[in-house]
Amino acid sequence: MINIQNYVQAESLEEAYQLNQKRSARILGGMLWLKMANCTVGTAIDLCRLGLDTIEETDSRFSIGAMVSLRQLELHPGLNAYTNGAAAQAVQDIVGVQFRNMATVGGSVWGRFGFSDVLTFLLSADTSVELYHKGVVPLETFVSMKYDRDLLVRILINKTPGRFVYQAMRNQRTDFPVLACALSCVGGEYRAVYGARPGRAMLLRDEEGILQNGPCAESAEAFAAYAARRIPTGSNSRAGAKYRTHLVSVLTKRSLSKLGDTREERSWK
Amino acid sequence: MEIKLTLNGKTVTDRIDPDLLLIDFLRTHGCYSVKRGCETSNCGLCTVLMDEKPILSCSMLAARASGHSIRTLEGLQEEAADFVGFIADQGADQCGFCNPGFVMNTIALLREIPDPTDDQIRSYLAGNLCRCSGYDGQLRGIRSYLESRREKGGSHGK
Amino acid sequence: MENKEYRSIHKSVRKKDSMQLLLGKPVYMDDITPKDALVVKLLRSPHANAIVRSIDVSAAKKVPGVEAVYTWEDVPQNRFTIAGQTYPEPSPYDRLILDRHVRFVGDAVAIVAAETEKAALTALRLIRVVYDVLEPVLDFRTAKDNPVLVHPEDDWYPPCPVGGDNRRNLVASDVSEDGDVEAVLKDCHIVLERTYHTKAFNQAMMETFRTYTEMDRYGRLHVISSTQIVFHCRRILSHALGIPKSRIRVEKPRIGGGFGAKQTAVCEVYPAFVTLKTGRPAKLIYTREESQIAGSPRHEMEIRIRLGADRDGKIRCVDLYTLSNTGAYGEHGPTTVGLSGHKSIPLYTGNLEAYRFGYDVVYTNMQASGAYRGYGATQGIYALETIVNELAEQLGMDPTVLRDKNMVKEGMRMPAYYNEEANACALDRCMQHCREIFHWEEKYPVRDMGNGKVRAAGVAMAMQGSCISRVDVGSATLKLSEDGTYNLIIGAADMGTGCDTILAQMAAECMDCSIDDVAVFGADTDASPYDSGSYASSTTYVTGKAVEKACAQLKEKICSIAAEMLDCRPQDVLFEGKRVRRIDSDRAVSLEQIAYKSQVFNNTAAEVTASHSSPVSPPPYMVGMVEIELDKDTGLVTVLDYMAVVDCGIPINPALARIQTEGGIVQGIGHTLTEDVRYDGKGRPIHSSFLQYKLPTRLDMGKLRVEFEHSCEPTGPFGAKSIGEIVINTPAPALTHAIYRATGVWHREIPITPEKIALSLTEKNNA
Repeated sequence: MINIQNYVQAESLEEAYQLNQKRSARILGGMLWLKMANCTVGTAIDLCRLGLDTIEETDSRFSIGAMVSLRQLELHPGLNAYTNGAAAQAVQDIVGVQFRNMATVGGSVWGRFGFSDVLTFLLSADTSVELYHKGVVPLETFVSMKYDRDLLVRILINKTPGRFVYQAMRNQRTDFPVLACALSCVGGEYRAVYGARPGRAMLLRDEEGILQNGPCAESAEAFAAYAARRIPTGSNSRAGAKYRTHLVSVLTKRSLSKLGDTREERSWK
Repeated sequence: MEIKLTLNGKTVTDRIDPDLLLIDFLRTHGCYSVKRGCETSNCGLCTVLMDEKPILSCSMLAARASGHSIRTLEGLQEEAADFVGFIADQGADQCGFCNPGFVMNTIALLREIPDPTDDQIRSYLAGNLCRCSGYDGQLRGIRSYLESRREKGGSHGK
Repeated sequence: MENKEYRSIHKSVRKKDSMQLLLGKPVYMDDITPKDALVVKLLRSPHANAIVRSIDVSAAKKVPGVEAVYTWEDVPQNRFTIAGQTYPEPSPYDRLILDRHVRFVGDAVAIVAAETEKAALTALRLIRVVYDVLEPVLDFRTAKDNPVLVHPEDDWYPPCPVGGDNRRNLVASDVSEDGDVEAVLKDCHIVLERTYHTKAFNQAMMETFRTYTEMDRYGRLHVISSTQIVFHCRRILSHALGIPKSRIRVEKPRIGGGFGAKQTAVCEVYPAFVTLKTGRPAKLIYTREESQIAGSPRHEMEIRIRLGADRDGKIRCVDLYTLSNTGAYGEHGPTTVGLSGHKSIPLYTGNLEAYRFGYDVVYTNMQASGAYRGYGATQGIYALETIVNELAEQLGMDPTVLRDKNMVKEGMRMPAYYNEEANACALDRCMQHCREIFHWEEKYPVRDMGNGKVRAAGVAMAMQGSCISRVDVGSATLKLSEDGTYNLIIGAADMGTGCDTILAQMAAECMDCSIDDVAVFGADTDASPYDSGSYASSTTYVTGKAVEKACAQLKEKICSIAAEMLDCRPQDVLFEGKRVRRIDSDRAVSLEQIAYKSQVFNNTAAEVTASHSSPVSPPPYMVGMVEIELDKDTGLVTVLDYMAVVDCGIPINPALARIQTEGGIVQGIGHTLTEDVRYDGKGRPIHSSFLQYKLPTRLDMGKLRVEFEHSCEPTGPFGAKSIGEIVINTPAPALTHAIYRATGVWHREIPITPEKIALSLTEKNNA
């Protein structure tokens, strides 16, 4: 049971940042994970009054406030049009509507949880995070940064032309994934992201140019084998490493096939 | 700390601990329909509406609900009575412990999607667990409510 | 009887409490008990097997708001069982309220009572315990005669001779047989020998275990608990606390589900002890985690079967051995195991020449098991139905045809079922009916859907009992009230199943009145007539019969009061529902007049109590068929359609019978596909929350279709048999079968996860 001594709705990012410099302070996301923690929080800092609960779309990018809920992500027409529905695909199996009304994008990204569908999906896009102190950092960099006392303000997705596919394997429909796979071709670059390995999501690029002529049955097979080699997997209560590696290959092939379908005419057999 | 919120249409002020969860706040204020079924945000039993959106009151700080409007089943008796008889006709109420959360989320569903398909019903209510009924009776109940409304030529939604 | 027109039974009426439940009214324990009760919390052992060397509670006691902290030194030293069973219980007396020897991760070490939950939790953290950690027994296959003893104590006591021996980690052991098993097996064309494994699945009822206790105005212990067994609970508390039963009153409010879990007094002793010691009201509400790790789940079983058959599919011999894991304590251990053979083997009475059924029930240092819907039959039927499906596949024979040939039919005597006769049995019609609605001929062949996906089907049959024959007792009190309506008072516990309603339906049918004119009350040891409680599928069959009897007797009493009013002898009047009339004239008195008369210068009580107990336990029967789509690459199984046809005699309330069936099927689907029970190497449970223990959601269960084939059970009320438990028995074998059909691999352990399926296919392809 979590013990919170002080609760503050910050009036400004600066106030939130200052309050958060204490080790015992915590920024609140959706509280879904934090409330299960068995610890004492000195000051719980709520960003709910800072207008960070909207998705703003311009011609060049989406700016997603840290307090935007997963449900907003799921239902946003522009974002889903741009990602071929991958944004919705990535979150719609997470527990239930009530849960997704509460869970925040900021909380999911900041936590950098291994099981995160959200992080897996966002890494497949041209995404950066806006940190209050450090400024804009590519998500890929942020993922491997150490937890610090900075503030996550927004998530920025550049509308670089691309195509997206999201697939996850779950033992039960609303459970954490056993493996999540987000595959995209953004600005001509293929990005394959694997989450719930069960470790933190990893981004794999086509360094060997396997897909340089586009995905087809043979190249998909080869890229799946490449991914299975390159993506480390582990075991937890949901599945073992061997099965996860098997899934890396299966989901990669299927995702490439679907990605191929989103193109006009391609030789796909 | 002091909070002030609208509970079922009435303003409520109270002094609370900062870590008081909304579910416990609501039960102390007589909203016994709100049930706890797990500690891991998985079961949906504690569903209430916050600013008309369904949320899990077990995972919401009461402090955070300050300034917002909360509705529990106690405050939606008429809207619920409209359709729960159809669930009763199926015998799908069973032990009843999950019913309030299920009814609250069904109200949210019908407000958002007035004439849902079976698949929409299933996915909207996926976060509401029920161990007794096997779910199908709940679905039949909602479906026959929708059909009866259609036959009456009533407006869809509220 | 079957074609008779009824007014109140065989009707789908709403449950009497429906609208209260659906509108969220305060009807459960925590809603109706005072909020200022002491909060009771338990310190639980982090070790699977340990002795408390020392325990220091001084710091915990100093926490503001802490009323008391109790350890093993404070509690009575008489052993008892918390199994809700008729006395003398078959379960061993192996518990203390707090024991110095803790036997599983989660076993109670100390009780804290405090003014607030926060104070109680703070106190828990401040209790300092030094444990002598012992090696645990974590594999039930090596438990028997293991040098490590789970219950080495000298005062271990089995009230019934069930073949147990605590010096061997053995709770019960027995063999029964009929015919010459070895000779028949030798003579069979084909003998299959297989071993199956099922785990300790959790009931996971939505309302966790909870109990409130207070001293009432007479200074007696008043217990309000979410329980299926108020009378057994009173006895258990009396044994545990060492106080007379006359000083205890147990009642149950509405119950948020039980499924057998609340047939064990899992948490009652702790707050009761606190109230006795402090004189103050106390309340204990288990967290979901506590319910998951220190509850009363299904018995894990390993079942080895030798099945002997002829080439033409005649099943001639079953030799079944069950090893059952009762965990750290023996609740329901000796009895659940019996059903694994006695309620599976009789399904194949048709050509059976010999059977043998042996078992051992062993202690381990894991969570204690208890009663869960199906109660051992589920495990046995999973194993036997699977081996029969294996036989069919080996013989290349349609498994439904194989069953047609061998199944028990009406009128047969069942040697493996205590020689009872199948009075009412529509199993053959269930099979035929299910085959038709399911379109078995079309769905049984495996169909390739492209993209690695195949569709396939599986089948299973099931049976259960309708009571514990010659043991359990159901009772009903029926009173006439002054407006000519009735009060029906029972000791059985409606836990959501609707027994209050179906018993009222029966009373209304008998008394020729409307169901609304029967008010039901239950259950309270001070007010209710004795009833064993709601378990063993018995409420409809046993308590229902008691209601029938009570109605007949009350009618006689009503007639005798009326006769006095009509100046004639009781045999000269006729009971006509709303009134009683003289046979020879039109003179009549209304029920209301009779009721008022019963309150004036009257020496005949306008109420009766009747009890019923049955010498037999007629089985309900059922057939289940499932169609799945299986993804051969990921191993994912999607349930498409589940169809079932049930013979529960005459269903008293078809809507409720249907919901029971659907609910049972979905629980069975969960056990087979998504609910996994796992411990780490030190005996710590991993399935301790709904985050880990995945109940099926409404997206996981496919389409359900349930229909009934009626039979008419002569010993049951209105021809009824039971429904509550049997319905959980078919999914495991039917799904196992369908998965084999789709993959060519038999999985002989449930749950069957996508991982197991996918890896078995890779293995098969590599071989």
